[in-house]
Amino acid sequence: MVVVHSDYGRNLTNEAGSMMDPMFMEASLFVASESLPLEVLMSGPCSQVDPIEASSGSISPSRSPSRSVDSSAAQGFIAVRLLLEVVPPFRRTSTQPISLPRLCLNCRATMTMMMLSGHVTKRAKYKTSVKDSGTSGALRLNEQKLMFMPDNRNSSTKLAVEFKSIQGHKYTKEGSNKPPLINLSNTQGGSYIFEFDNYSDLHVCRDFVSKILEKSKDTSSVASEKAAVKHDEQLSAAEMQLRIKLLQEDSELQKLHQQFVGGNILTEAEFWAARKKLLDNDSSRNSNQRVGFKSVMISDIRPLTDGQTNKVTFSLTPEIILQIFAEKPAVHRAFLNLVPKKMTEMEFWTKYCRAEYLNRTKNVHAAAAEAAEDEELALFLKEDDILATEVRKKIRRVDPTLDMEADEGDDYSHLPDHGIFRDGCKELNESQHDIYRRTLLQDLNRHAAVVLEGRTVDVEMEDNTKAVAEALARSKQGKEGADGNENEERLDRVSRSTTLEDLQPPHSLPLAPLSIKDARDYFDSQQANALKNSRDPSGKMESLGSLSTQEAYGSVRDAISEMKAMGVSVPIINPEVALKVFNGLTHSISSIKYNHGKNPWESVVDRLPTAIKEKLLQHWTCIQELLKHFWSSYPITTPYLYAKVSRLKGAMSNIYRQLEEMKASLQSDLRHQVSLLVRPMQQALDAAIQHHDADLQKRSAKSG
Amino acid sequence: MIFKVEDVTVYFPYDNIYPEQYSYMVELKRALDAKGHCLLEMPTGTGKTIALLSLITSYALSKPLNPVKLIYCTRTVHEMEKTLAELKLLHNYQTLHLGPAAKILAIGLSSRKNLCVNSMVLAAENRDSVDAACRKRTASWVRALAAENPNVETCDFFENYEKAASEALLPPGVYTLQDLRAFGKQKGWCPYFLARHMVQFANVVVYSYQYLLDPKVAGIISKEMQKESVVVFDEAHNIDNVCIEALSVSVRRQTLEGATRNLNRINQEIERFKTTDAGRLRAEYARLVEGLALRGNLPIADAWLSNPALPDDILKEAVPGNIRRAEHFVHVLHRLVLYLRGRLDTENVEKEGPVNFVASINAHAGIDQKTLKFCYDRLHSLMMTLEITDTDDFLHIQTICDFATLVGTYTRGFSIIIEPFDERMPHIPDPVLQLSCHDASLAIKPVFDRFQSVVITSGTLSPIDLYPRLLNFHPVVSRSFKISLTRDCICPMVLTRGSDQLPVSTKFDMRSDPGVARNYGKLLVEMVSIVPDGIVCFFVSYSYMDEIIATWNDSGILKEIMQHKLVFIETQDVVETTLALDNYRKACDCGRGAVFFSVARGKVAEGIDFDRHYGRLVIMFGVPFQYTLSKILLARLEYLRDTFQIKEGDFLTFDALRQAAQCVGRVIRSKADYGMMIFADKRYSRHDKRSKLPGWILSHLRDAHLNLSTDMALHIAREFLRKMAQPYDKSGSSGRKTLLSQEDLEKMSNDGSINEMLY
Repeated sequence: MVVVHSDYGRNLTNEAGSMMDPMFMEASLFVASESLPLEVLMSGPCSQVDPIEASSGSISPSRSPSRSVDSSAAQGFIAVRLLLEVVPPFRRTSTQPISLPRLCLNCRATMTMMMLSGHVTKRAKYKTSVKDSGTSGALRLNEQKLMFMPDNRNSSTKLAVEFKSIQGHKYTKEGSNKPPLINLSNTQGGSYIFEFDNYSDLHVCRDFVSKILEKSKDTSSVASEKAAVKHDEQLSAAEMQLRIKLLQEDSELQKLHQQFVGGNILTEAEFWAARKKLLDNDSSRNSNQRVGFKSVMISDIRPLTDGQTNKVTFSLTPEIILQIFAEKPAVHRAFLNLVPKKMTEMEFWTKYCRAEYLNRTKNVHAAAAEAAEDEELALFLKEDDILATEVRKKIRRVDPTLDMEADEGDDYSHLPDHGIFRDGCKELNESQHDIYRRTLLQDLNRHAAVVLEGRTVDVEMEDNTKAVAEALARSKQGKEGADGNENEERLDRVSRSTTLEDLQPPHSLPLAPLSIKDARDYFDSQQANALKNSRDPSGKMESLGSLSTQEAYGSVRDAISEMKAMGVSVPIINPEVALKVFNGLTHSISSIKYNHGKNPWESVVDRLPTAIKEKLLQHWTCIQELLKHFWSSYPITTPYLYAKVSRLKGAMSNIYRQLEEMKASLQSDLRHQVSLLVRPMQQALDAAIQHHDADLQKRSAKSG
Repeated sequence: MIFKVEDVTVYFPYDNIYPEQYSYMVELKRALDAKGHCLLEMPTGTGKTIALLSLITSYALSKPLNPVKLIYCTRTVHEMEKTLAELKLLHNYQTLHLGPAAKILAIGLSSRKNLCVNSMVLAAENRDSVDAACRKRTASWVRALAAENPNVETCDFFENYEKAASEALLPPGVYTLQDLRAFGKQKGWCPYFLARHMVQFANVVVYSYQYLLDPKVAGIISKEMQKESVVVFDEAHNIDNVCIEALSVSVRRQTLEGATRNLNRINQEIERFKTTDAGRLRAEYARLVEGLALRGNLPIADAWLSNPALPDDILKEAVPGNIRRAEHFVHVLHRLVLYLRGRLDTENVEKEGPVNFVASINAHAGIDQKTLKFCYDRLHSLMMTLEITDTDDFLHIQTICDFATLVGTYTRGFSIIIEPFDERMPHIPDPVLQLSCHDASLAIKPVFDRFQSVVITSGTLSPIDLYPRLLNFHPVVSRSFKISLTRDCICPMVLTRGSDQLPVSTKFDMRSDPGVARNYGKLLVEMVSIVPDGIVCFFVSYSYMDEIIATWNDSGILKEIMQHKLVFIETQDVVETTLALDNYRKACDCGRGAVFFSVARGKVAEGIDFDRHYGRLVIMFGVPFQYTLSKILLARLEYLRDTFQIKEGDFLTFDALRQAAQCVGRVIRSKADYGMMIFADKRYSRHDKRSKLPGWILSHLRDAHLNLSTDMALHIAREFLRKMAQPYDKSGSSGRKTLLSQEDLEKMSNDGSINEMLY
C-alpha cells in the first residue's frame, strides 16, 4: 500500500517544526455490514485489508516520485484515511421502511505524525538477508530516520535507524527478475534490506534515501560548526525561527548574514547582538498578530471516491481537526471526554467521519436510525447543545440596530394564526425541525463566525490532537472571563453609524503606523515616485510652512541675544576647513553637472551601471557592519575580543582589496566617479586599520 | 445649522444640508400647515429620517402653545433604535442652542420581552411566556392574593412602580429601549409599565406599525393619542401588506385542537367556580345583562388584546342573551369549532365571501351573525371572570373568537379560503381556513380619520399615484424627490447574460437550469475578487437560495467564493440570522470582507442597511415575484381589479419591483458613500419591468448598462471602483450644489433662488 501525503503539505510552508519524536501508528478497522455499531478490529493481518490497498494506492504512480516527495515538504500532520464501503445493493428490509443505504465501514487507517520536510511511507517487508522471507509492515522515511513498523505489534523486528549511521544504498534494477529490494548499509558494516510490493514504491524510496544521504554528507561539516556556535549560546526553537523569518523578510540582512556569519567573520551571536532591537520588536509583534484561519471551509471534509469500489476516504490534518473542534464544540467536548478513556483517537475519528458521511447522504431517517443504536455516533449527529447556549448568550450582546430577534413577537402582534398564513410571498416552513438535521447554511454561518473569532491555538506548537483539544479548551475558559467593555464599544459604534458623515466637518481618523519590512525594497520603489512628485514646485513650499513666523522670529531673537551675551568668540566653522569643503563641493558639483547635463535629480549612483551600483551599495553596507563591530570591540579586554578584531581586520583588508580591484577593472570614464564614492569608504577603513595597527604596536610594546 | 423654513426656525444638527433634505422639509411643513396627509418619496441615502425629525420637532417648538405630538412608526425594533439614536443627536443639538426650553420627552415602546428587567421573568424562553410570566406576577387578583399570602410571587419592579403611583415619571430626554431599561433598573420601577404610562405625556413616541394599525393592539395602546398628532409611517412601501395582515386570521388543525383543549379547561374552571364562588359568575351575568361587556377601567396590568374589529365597526350593544351564561357560551364555541373542523376536511380548494360563510354557519351550527360578532367580547369577559393568567395557553380559542368576530362584522373586502394543502407541496396535507382581508384601506382608515396629519414616506413609493388608491386617502402633498449626486456614486446595471452569453433568469422554466446557477455563481466569483469589503446578494426565495447554494457547494463555486470572502447566510431562524449579520459587520469592519446571502421579502431585506463598506455591491438574483398561484394572492388581485381597476399584471410587477428596489436601495447612506447594484435577470432589460423602478435608480441606469454579460459587468465594476476610490471632493463639480451650508441657504432665500431649487 502506498500512501504519499503530498496534498496537505503544500500550504504549510514553515520549515522548522517542533522537536517531537516521530511517531508512526497504523490501525486497521474492519466493520461487517450487518453488525452495527462499529466493530473495530485493531491491527488485523494484512491480507484482510488487501482490497483496500489496491484501491487507495493509485495516488503515486501517476506522479514522478521525486516530486511527490518534494511537494510534501512541510511540517507534521496527522492523516486519517478512512474507507467507507457502501455495500450494494441497497436492501430493503421489513424493519426499515425507508430505504437505508447499508453502510459498511471498512476502514483502514494510517496515522502518522511527522516533522520537518519530506517523508515517505510504504508497505514493505523487512529482511535480515536476501533469502529471509521477511516480516511485512510499513517502512517510513523522513529526514532523520528510517523506521519500520511490523504489522504484528508483538514482533520484535521494530526498527528505527538514524540516517547518520547509513552509509550507502543499493537496489535492484527494474526489469530484472528479482523482487524490488533496497539495501541500506550502515557504518558498522551491517545492512537493512527491504522488499517492496512494486517498483514504483522502490523508486520513491530510493530517490528519497539518495537525496538524504547526499545532504547529510554536505551538512556533516556544517553541522559540526553549528554545534560550535550553539556552544556559546543556547537558542530556543522560537528564537531560531524568528531569526530565520527576519532573514527571509529582509534581503539585505540575509546577504550580510551570509557573508559574515557564513564566511566565519562574525559569529551568529555577534551578528545578532547588534540587532537586539529588531529581535525584540519582532517578538512583540509576533505575540499580537497571529495567522488567522483561512476563509475557506476546510472542516467540511469531503470523502474521496475512487470510482471503482464503493469506498470513500476522508483525510484529516491537525488544521482541519482544530477547525472541527472550534466549529463544533460538542465534538470537542466528546473528544475530551471519550479519548482515550473510552475509545482510541482512531475510533473517534472513524465515528466522526461516519456521522459526516451519513449527514452528507441527506438521509435523515438513516441517520436517526443509526444514532438510535449508537449513542456516541448520536453525539455527532445531534444539534450542538453548547452552540445553542452560546447563541443565547451572544444574542444579548448584538448591535441593537440590527437585532432582528427583538422584533420576534413584539407585544401583542405576531400572534400565532393571525395575519396571512399562506400567501404568495410567505415561505413555507418545510422543516419539522428534526434534531438530526443540520443544514449547510448553518455550517457556513458557524464557520465564518469561527474564522472571525480568530485562531486561539497554534497548531504548529502542539504536537498532537489531544494537546490541540486541550489548548482550545484552555483558551475558551480564558476568554469567558474577558468579556468586559464590549458593550461600550458597541454603543460607540452605533452612535457613529447614525451620523451622516459628509454633512459635518471631517474628524481625524486614527492612523495605523506604517510597517516596512525590507527598507531597501520599499524605498527603491518609492524613489521613482518621489522624484516625480518633487518636481512639483508646490510640494516643496509646504514643508517650510510648518514653522510659523512667530517661532522663526523668536529663534532668531534668541540667537542674537545669546551672541550679545557671549560674544562671537568662537567662529562657527574653522575658515580653512570651510574653504576646503567649499572648494571640494564646487569641484564635484561642476563635474557632476558636466557629466549629467541638465538632469539634476538623478544622483551620481543612479548613473552607474546597475551591477556596479549594486556592488557598491553592498560593499557599503558590509563596511558599515564591519566597522560597527570593529569599533564596538574596543578597548580589547579579553582574548575573545582580540580574536574577533583580528578576524574583522582580515575581512576589512579583504574588502579594501576588492574595492581597489573594482576601481581598476572599470573603464576610465566611470573610474573617477567610482573612486569619488569609494574614497570615504576607504578612508573609514584606513582609519580602522590604522587604529588596529597602532593598538597592536602598543600591545606588543607593552608585553615586550 | 439653524435656518428658516418659511416661518419655522429649524434646528438641524449638522453643518451642512442636502438640497433634497431642504425641499423635503418645505413640503412636509406645508402638509403640516394644511393639517392634511402627505406622501413623500425620497431616495435612501439622503438623510430622510433626520430631516423629518428635525422639521417636526422644530415645528412643535415654534408653536409652544399648541405643540404637536409626533408618533413615529417603524416596522422593526432595530429601526426604532436607529431612529431614537438620531433623535438623541438632534435633541442634544437643540438643547445646546435653545436651553432647557427645547427639552422633550421621547420614548420607544416595545414588548415586555424587550423592556422587562426582572431576571425571573426574562428567564422564560419566548415572547409569549415572558408575557405570561409577567401577568402571573402583576395581575390584579394575583396581587390581591399576595397581600394576604406572602408566598405568592410578585414582581418587585411592578410593586415599586405602583407604590410610586403618580410620582413615577420619566424626566425629559430621549430614551431608547436600552435607556429605559437602565432607568427602570436604577429606580426600581418596571420600565414596561412606566413607558406605557408615559406614552400620553411624551412629545415623541416611536413604536411599531402594529401599535397603530392592528385594532387588537391599537385599542389598548394608542387609544389616548390626541388628534393634534403627526403620525409618520417610515419605510412605508409595504404598508398595504401590514394593513391586510392586521385583519387576517387563519385557522388550522392545530388551532382547532388547541381550542378544544382550551374549552375543556374553561369548562373545568366554570365547574370549579360554581362550587366555590358561584357569586362571581352571577355577577358577570348581571353585568352582561346591563350591557357592560368590558366597560369600566381595568388596571393597567390586566390589559388584554382588544377587539380585532375596527373601533368604528364595534356595536355598542349588549351581549346577546343566548351567550350571557358562561356554559351556553362555551357550548356555542364548541359548536363553532366542530363546524370549522368539518369545513377543514375538504378535498378541494374552496373560496367564499363572508356573507355566505355566515349563512352556512347559521344553517349548520345554528349560530347567528350577531352571536359571532360578540364572541370576542364575551370570551374576554369570561377569562377575566375566571381569573386566567396563563394567557399564552389560551391563544387558540382566542384566535377562533377573533375569527368569529371578524367574520361576523365585515361583509365586504374579505374572503374565506380553504385549502387542503399547499400547492407547492401537494404531498403534505395541511388544511387551512383563512380569513383574508383584501382591502388595505380598512385597517388604516381610523388612523387617517383620527389624526390631523399622516405622513407616509419611504425610499421606494413608485408609482406614487398607486398608494392613495390602495389606501384610499387624499394626500395634500404627494411628491417624489430626485437625488442630486456630487459624483455618480451609484452604479446600477442590468445583467442579462452569463459569460457564456446564455441568458440568466429565475423565470419558472429556467430556474432549474444548471447553466443559470453556474452563471450566477461565476458572476459572484468574479465580483468577490474585485469588490472590496461587503457584498450582499438577494435571492427570490429561501427555497431558491437553498437550492442554489447547494449547487454551488457541490460544484466548488462556493469554495472559490470563500477564498476571497467569508460567507454569511440569512436563514429562517431569526436568532441565527441576527448573529450572522453581526458577524458580517465585524468581518467588514476588520477588513476581511464578506458576502451576505439574503432573501428578498425576508427580514433582512426589510430593514437592515448595507451602507458604506457594509455593502459596496448588491446583486439581485432574479425578479422577486410573488408566488402567483397562491389562492389568496389571486383573490386579492381580483378584488383590486374590481374595486380599484388595477390590472393583475401591473400589480404583480409593481410589487416585485418595489421589493427589488428595496433590496438594492440599502447600499447608499450619504452622498459620500458609493455602491453598485446588479439586477441579474434578463427580464429587467424589458421596459415594462424596468420602468417600475424608482426614478433615482432609473436616472443612473445608462442605456449601455441595460444588457450586460458577466465580463462586461466586471469591466464596468472595475472602472467604477477605481473612480470611486479617488479622494472625495465634497463641494462637487460645476453646476448645481449638492451640499448647502448655512450661508448658501441664507443667500438663496434672499435672492429667491430657493424656490428655483425646489422645482
